[in-house]
Amino acid sequence: MRIFGLNRRIVRALLGSQYAHMLEYRAEIALWALSGVLPFIMLSLWSGSDARSQLGLDGVALDRYFLSAFLVRQFSVVWMVYAFEEDALLGRLSPYLLQPLHPLWRYVASHLGEQLTRLPFAAGIAGVFFLIQPQAFWIPSLGGFLLAWIATWMAFAIAFLLQSLIASLCFWSEKATALERLLFLPFLFLSGLLAPLTAFPPAVQAWVRWTPFPYLIDFPARVLSGDPVDLAAGFAAQLAWVGLLLPLVLVLWRAGVRRYSAMGA
Amino acid sequence: MVGFLGANGAGKTTTLKMLCGLIYPSSGQVLVAGHQPQRRHPDFLRRITLVMGQKQQLIWDLPPMDSLRVNAAVYGIPDRVASRRIAELSDLLELGEELTRPVRKLSLGQRMKAELLAALLHEPEVLFLDEPTLGLDVNAQLRVRQFLAEYNRRTGATILLTSHYMADITALCPRVLLIHQGQLFHDGPLDRLTSRLAPERHVRLELEQPAPAEAFNGLGHLDSLENCEVNLRVDPASLTRVLAQILERFEVRDLEVNDPPIDQLIGELFRQGSL
Repeated sequence: MRIFGLNRRIVRALLGSQYAHMLEYRAEIALWALSGVLPFIMLSLWSGSDARSQLGLDGVALDRYFLSAFLVRQFSVVWMVYAFEEDALLGRLSPYLLQPLHPLWRYVASHLGEQLTRLPFAAGIAGVFFLIQPQAFWIPSLGGFLLAWIATWMAFAIAFLLQSLIASLCFWSEKATALERLLFLPFLFLSGLLAPLTAFPPAVQAWVRWTPFPYLIDFPARVLSGDPVDLAAGFAAQLAWVGLLLPLVLVLWRAGVRRYSAMGA
Repeated sequence: MVGFLGANGAGKTTTLKMLCGLIYPSSGQVLVAGHQPQRRHPDFLRRITLVMGQKQQLIWDLPPMDSLRVNAAVYGIPDRVASRRIAELSDLLELGEELTRPVRKLSLGQRMKAELLAALLHEPEVLFLDEPTLGLDVNAQLRVRQFLAEYNRRTGATILLTSHYMADITALCPRVLLIHQGQLFHDGPLDRLTSRLAPERHVRLELEQPAPAEAFNGLGHLDSLENCEVNLRVDPASLTRVLAQILERFEVRDLEVNDPPIDQLIGELFRQGSL
């Protein structure tokens, strides 16, 4: 049986091939993992700042938050728009469009393959963090870990759909990555990567909660680090964003494909 | 098998993309295998394939076998059937251990053959091939050509082929379509296209003694006269009469009657830009 064109065999074949593909780039992926240490830099900045008391997180909780932010980011990073733009410009998209499988599944599989390749490097970096900050060491409960895993996966789904929306614009503009850079700025400041959401004044926090950004890092990081957080509201918001973005992506994609002229072919 | 000819920019690739559903027709209707291609219905996609010269669907850093496994899963081909088809097609294409070496390490010819294998794994009924031999050396071109002929014989698939190499067309395609300035100029056998483009036959003579140009009056159009070598263009209807007169008037050492080469004719046609 196929669900959205997928069945177990396709999932296995796609994930297997994409994992093997990403293993070919493991050195590069290790560097990407290493380049994601921004939360640790922010941790050291906040730890030495008088303003840390405004964050509502004590020393250990702050350590755990930024480590969790690092881990969530590692497993929700999306580069779909760059891969898609290249494929569209070089005409590689054409054979994918002519197969009875939605091309977006291939990009999902690429990301999951890359996350799997990234796993040991991210775990290694977390291990080094605990060596340096042994007081921050904790093992989440099984339930907490599962919830954090789901929240991270939902964060990945939102980020992927946001980029797919922008990538669909490649059908109209050949430089959709420029738009992605516009999205990166609010993501950087509002997602919780530079500071927990509680660093913002309450009015700003209330406004930011209406955007998808805090559900990309802040919410899953708090779930993982065990901070008290409104789980129902967080998951509901994540589901709502997925529910809003998914039909938009599908509609824009369909309209884009109508326009597509297999550039570069 | 149908050869699809036209000058650069005539719209061959655009037509192929429209026929396989990559481009929506701005007007009119397209029907392929009973489907409207632009809807890209899964049943339609399972019945066609498109191979575009240098564009590839194989994953660059992995052996072709990995991409073949994905294709088998996507097209719902059972493992046992996929293995049998891979063995048959790789045998025809003379691919062996190349299937287990990363695509990036294969030669252009090997890559093209592996691309063909990937494109044909689901046994499509309609093949759209856009320059499948582009950039290949003469041997590789010949092998791809032989493979396509054999595939067509075995499966009875419809193959629409564009190529810059006329040898591909002459060797494979009993039917030829020629588009020119957005219009279908010819649809039929290649030899009929030749007679449309060049209604005269070429007669080459080698004489024992040189003869003046006036000696050929009434024998057709004198293309060239150089010492004992003469080239004439003759109306096919009067060919027998002209040949008899030539043999009567001159001492002939050698005589050849040819159709002009098709690639030369089409090349001239495209250079002139008009019919």
